[in-house]
Amino acid sequence: MSLLSLGSGGGIRVEWRTSVALTGRVLKYLAVPLCVPLVVALLYGDDILTFAVAVVATFLLGFALEQLDPDPDLGAREALLMVALTWLAVAVVGTLPYLIAGMGTDSTLAQPVNALFESMSGFTTTGATVMGNISFEQHSHALLLWRQLTQWLGGMGIVVLAIAILPELSVGGAQLMDAEAPGPGIEKLTPRIAETARVLWLVYAGITALEIVLLFVFHLVGLAPAMDNLVAGTDHAAAAYNAVAHGLTTMPTGGFSPEARSIEAFSAAVQWLIIPFMFAAGVNFALTWRLLSGEPRALLDDIEFRAYSGIVGVFSVVLATLLFTGGADVGPGALDFYSGIAGDIEASLRHAVFQTLAMVTTTGYASIDFNAWSQPLKYLLLFAMFIGGSAGSTGGGIKIVRWIVIIKSVKRELFTSIHPEAVSPVRLGGNAIDERAVRGIQAFTLVYMLCFGFGAALLMLDAARVGLDLSAFEGIAAAASTVGNVGPGFGRLGPMGFYEFFPVPSKLLMTFLMWIGRLEIIPVLVLLTSSYWRS
Amino acid sequence: MRVIVVGAGEVGSSIAADLSSDHEVTVVDIDGGQVESISYGEDVLGVEGDGSDVETLEEAGIEETDMLIASTNDDRTNIVTCGTASVFDDVFTIARVKSPQYLRTWERGSRVFGADFMVCTDLLAAETITGVIGLATAQDVDTFADGAVQMAEFEIPAESPVAGQTVEEADRFDSLTFAAILRGDSIIIPRGETRIEADDDVIVIGSPESTRAFSAAIAPEQSGPKDIVIVGGSEVGYQTAKLLEARGFSPRFVEHDPDRARWLAEKLPKTTVMQNDATDREFLDREHVGTADVLISTLENDQQNLLACLLAEQLGVDRTIAVVDTVQFADIFEAVGVDVAVSPREATAGEITRFTRGRRAENVALIEGNRAEVLEFEVDEDSDAVGCTIRALAGELPDDVVFGAITREETLITPRGDTMLAAGDHVVVFASASAIDAVTGVL
Repeated sequence: MSLLSLGSGGGIRVEWRTSVALTGRVLKYLAVPLCVPLVVALLYGDDILTFAVAVVATFLLGFALEQLDPDPDLGAREALLMVALTWLAVAVVGTLPYLIAGMGTDSTLAQPVNALFESMSGFTTTGATVMGNISFEQHSHALLLWRQLTQWLGGMGIVVLAIAILPELSVGGAQLMDAEAPGPGIEKLTPRIAETARVLWLVYAGITALEIVLLFVFHLVGLAPAMDNLVAGTDHAAAAYNAVAHGLTTMPTGGFSPEARSIEAFSAAVQWLIIPFMFAAGVNFALTWRLLSGEPRALLDDIEFRAYSGIVGVFSVVLATLLFTGGADVGPGALDFYSGIAGDIEASLRHAVFQTLAMVTTTGYASIDFNAWSQPLKYLLLFAMFIGGSAGSTGGGIKIVRWIVIIKSVKRELFTSIHPEAVSPVRLGGNAIDERAVRGIQAFTLVYMLCFGFGAALLMLDAARVGLDLSAFEGIAAAASTVGNVGPGFGRLGPMGFYEFFPVPSKLLMTFLMWIGRLEIIPVLVLLTSSYWRS
Repeated sequence: MRVIVVGAGEVGSSIAADLSSDHEVTVVDIDGGQVESISYGEDVLGVEGDGSDVETLEEAGIEETDMLIASTNDDRTNIVTCGTASVFDDVFTIARVKSPQYLRTWERGSRVFGADFMVCTDLLAAETITGVIGLATAQDVDTFADGAVQMAEFEIPAESPVAGQTVEEADRFDSLTFAAILRGDSIIIPRGETRIEADDDVIVIGSPESTRAFSAAIAPEQSGPKDIVIVGGSEVGYQTAKLLEARGFSPRFVEHDPDRARWLAEKLPKTTVMQNDATDREFLDREHVGTADVLISTLENDQQNLLACLLAEQLGVDRTIAVVDTVQFADIFEAVGVDVAVSPREATAGEITRFTRGRRAENVALIEGNRAEVLEFEVDEDSDAVGCTIRALAGELPDDVVFGAITREETLITPRGDTMLAAGDHVVVFASASAIDAVTGVL
């Protein structure tokens, strides 16, 4: 209804031209990271036209949109619209390399809906893939790196990156970051928002670089034998490529891998190395920054960090025990490889911690095909998807701080039903939380569960419509995995499987779920209310 | 000594009256009527004007004055007055404040706001209340030597096992000194054979543990309070709850204003705050307030406090403590059944008076109005008392002086006749009003 009056302009109270123009500016700058795969294509002697065209097209589109409002003045409402539009626009533009490279081949990404799904899954750090054949025979090194790079850009947030770089975004920056950053509210680390954005990106980029270097060092000392045999022969370049590719998708809790078998393809040492980085990706980056600037107490005293560590610890121990005692065995038909975990302490522990972190932080990597595990273990992992990382981390899901607040507010409800006059604020650490924030968290969680529930139901309906045999567990996992930006699901959507077989409406729905899941739903839902546009 | 008192309200007048017998006092107040009435009522000089105005202070003779006490009802006026007076070098300034925030700031530096000493009314009242609560049977409590020594005043009930015992029988505690017994109007300095009677007020000085043990001996069936209810979210109530939380209590707090209740609940993590009228009988029943060990009433005015306490008594609360704004009401409150009435104004006036009187002393507590005092002194290196035994010193002093406790390098020493004083010792002494000058002279 509200959209009908867009043309008249009279009733609209939102300067949508400003939002579109600023989205254009972000797009214009997206041409810069698009140059990275262009360079890679040059290095590998691949086709450079794909990325050359993508760079020029992105720049021109951004430039054109920018002309809508030559002097943008960002208000609170424009900020919301801009964030939502930017994520949509970036995902759309991100399809260009997939579409151009796919032209005339049998690549599944040549279809626009698949390309959009893949692009959205990349930028939102979901890691669900519709790429039919993940191999260098089918795709160029440049294209597979672009896929990794989209996750890295989306991890800390494209708008946060824009704030760090573009001075004109500094005034409305706090609102922008609030709309984009995971978790309720943001913590300004420095008086200037642009400085805060820069600090966050610096920490993020620094840890990513460390992981890449360590992965490569592991290769050099021979701890990562599988990392360099992706292409014919064994060379340092292939190892470096893999180190960069996986470095780019760990810290954003992304989960894409140019390896079809994800991290399972690598040695135990590499899997152990990735574990602490997945853990770090699930921690509030503001806390990591304070730890690095010499305030370790800030981290240890943080109630969310403690809860996060506790949850990961308990989950890992339960999972490890089940794996060790043979819980992963699915009967006589199981492959020897999976049965081999039972009785092996190191392997049980490694897969338990790895898979717990991959699910809790919503990274979605797999150190093993957990889809082959027994049903109870898979339910445990499905449950872990709903926990999510910490607020201010790159993780998706509901987030630990929200669970803490919800549990405490339920306890409060129980207490006040006995003592109706009691005034008892919900506390986080020593601080009381504002009642508005508590309501916001309750509303968010409810809406999240509704999106998940409706999403699962619609996927089942759509599957029934076209006669697709989708099990309930697959449907539920698909909805949970996309709205939580996790990536893999179960059944055919397992870590080694893919989402290609869904009908087109289902793929569009899941693309939508990924988009609103990344922006934490509310900022997008607000755009659908008429009071946002009019009063 | 010449003293200027700024503010002729209840506290200011009370201080002026206390000091006027020994010192030349000038009272400054912006209200001409107040100035007139106090200069007729007491032997003081009155000046009408704004105490924070340097010209008014000059008119009051600040240049020849030794001490200025800023004691109006407004914290900021008092602070600015001290700041103004600090322009004159030789004046010792004392500020009375209500809000603890200024005291906390003042404690952070030396002579912050130009004040040499600061007394916080609300905090003082809260400290008095928590002190009384800590000792189930105490009527008055004060601490000395940074908390190592405690002075407590107990009223001995008729049913107490201590009633009828001699001091020798009752004194089973290592580091406790029986300083005095107040019986009717007389002060008795106890000897070993002195018999403690019902309704006596016994004043003891010793370590906090020993005063607590004595408190338990007076009323063995009372094991100390656990369930404490505070009604009225005034600043005193808040400060009391804060002090109680610091001592490991988890009090219940009743406040009728929703915003204030929310604020209190946010600030007091261990306290259960309830938003309701403190005199709502049905609510009090439902929350079982009657089973509480202590109810503290810190409501807005005296009438409400009296009502809340009487209601609590009726519901079965063991002990009620009320804050009394109007100083004269304190006795009436205690007469009609409130167990302890705490007057912030009286406490403040007392604190300031005793500070001015015993500037030589580190710390002073007044007993029963002005009948006696407990004083803390630090023994200087060049003092004549260094190397003297307690017996020798006591010989120089009147009989109604008792050495209660000595702390040396933060450890408590129970004074005996042959204990020798050393430089740096903190000595806590009980003295009746008439003997104070003699004590100040010797120590």
